Amino acid sequence: MNTSRRVVITGLGAVTALGADVAQFRDALRAGRCGIRPFETVDRTRLRFTNGAEVEGFTPGEHFTEKELDLLDRFAQFGLVAAREAVRDSRVEWTPALRESTAVVTGCSLGGKTYEEQAYAGLFGEEKRRPHPLTVPRGMSNAAASHISMEFGVRGPVYNVSTACASSSHAIGQAFWLVRSGAAELALAGGCESPFVHGHLRMWEGLRVVSPDTCRPFSKDRRGMILGEAGAMLVLEPLDAALGRGARVHAEVVGFGMSADAHHVTQPSAEGAARAIAAALRDADVSPERVGYVNAHGTGTTANDPVETEALRLVFREHAARLAVSSTKSMHGHALGAAGAVEAVATALALREGFLPPTANFTEPDPACDLDYVPNEARRAEVEYAISNSFAFGGLNAVLVLRRWNG
Amino acid sequence: MQEAIEERVKRAIAEASHTAVERLAPETTFEELGMTSLDALALVAELEEEFGVEVPNEDALSLRDVRQAVECVRALTTTAEASEAGQV
Repeated sequence: MNTSRRVVITGLGAVTALGADVAQFRDALRAGRCGIRPFETVDRTRLRFTNGAEVEGFTPGEHFTEKELDLLDRFAQFGLVAAREAVRDSRVEWTPALRESTAVVTGCSLGGKTYEEQAYAGLFGEEKRRPHPLTVPRGMSNAAASHISMEFGVRGPVYNVSTACASSSHAIGQAFWLVRSGAAELALAGGCESPFVHGHLRMWEGLRVVSPDTCRPFSKDRRGMILGEAGAMLVLEPLDAALGRGARVHAEVVGFGMSADAHHVTQPSAEGAARAIAAALRDADVSPERVGYVNAHGTGTTANDPVETEALRLVFREHAARLAVSSTKSMHGHALGAAGAVEAVATALALREGFLPPTANFTEPDPACDLDYVPNEARRAEVEYAISNSFAFGGLNAVLVLRRWNG
Repeated sequence: MQEAIEERVKRAIAEASHTAVERLAPETTFEELGMTSLDALALVAELEEEFGVEVPNEDALSLRDVRQAVECVRALTTTAEASEAGQV
């Protein structure tokens, strides 16, 4: 593939179970602190699993007026808060021309569930005759993308990608390509999600992939994933523009690859995942031996972790033994459509600050997962290239390649 | 009572696998019935609804044939009855 323009990350924003901003997120990753705890926003007594990775102490009124909140479901609030932080961090200087050529690409799979559930409960349970008239625009999956575009006056390509757990990796990858090709001069890319509503959690129960205790990716005694909520956004721009305005560069985005398993709706395929990783490395024009860190999809389910391990072995061969692989979902949970964005931020921070975030809650090696998973404690390491994996239900895979910025 | 449980479980399996109940023997495996892991999940949900029990994740994912499904429900309904009796 061509690389007509180099693309760098000049802004980061994140609101996660590990904190209200990127600095708190980074400190938690470095300390190996786990943000999984009994969830507070949903009644736990009627559910079989009771732990989640909620954003703690989030007060909407501190971020939005009551009038604004009329239109913002919880997931969209996270998206906007993260976008504001990323834009502030990038110190982008808006001009009318830049606003017209800026893109917003978000990843969100579920859309807003909070108001929608209230509407259904009213209609079916309490016999209310009409749902709130704004239920549709509140819940649409592109709500965050639209509100971000309105807040910053961004008028270029704005859309949402919905590919389950790979949504925001697909979103960031597409935004990267838009900027690289010249179709956009700047992009706000990332994702947001909030699955914590009663009805939706009950649906996860039935799938039997949610852990009754915590998330232990790649560990022999792992019992499943832990649902999380988050908003995470990145500002992407051409290297020349960033250097021209003296922006701080967090990391470079160098490659993006996609594939589909065409295999099974919930069982992952090593071959399909490996093709996405290989495609991303080809797009980046980087040989596998130069990759030092993998931010794994690492859900902690029986199915994902050995298959992902096999996929890494397929691509990296003997080099797999020298890779550091970790699943930060062990700390911030699985934020579904926002997961890829949260993990892209984690990967950029790891490259920028020279550390490898650990796989928390790791107790015991599994013979089927035989790589270096950076168990429990962060490690100092200056890595040049890192990849971030996202593999979705439905067999849809997206992989990003990031490079350390050496100034 | 035991007979009834077996018949009810078989009926649920027959429905989940689109098979006639008469075809089901205790040793008939889900695989022979063409059931996937997702069909098995749907079956377990149906059994939970039918018998008012909760099948733990590990058990739900390990069921392979008719006998195991019947035994699983039997064990859970016995536990449920015992704990109800205990409360009286």
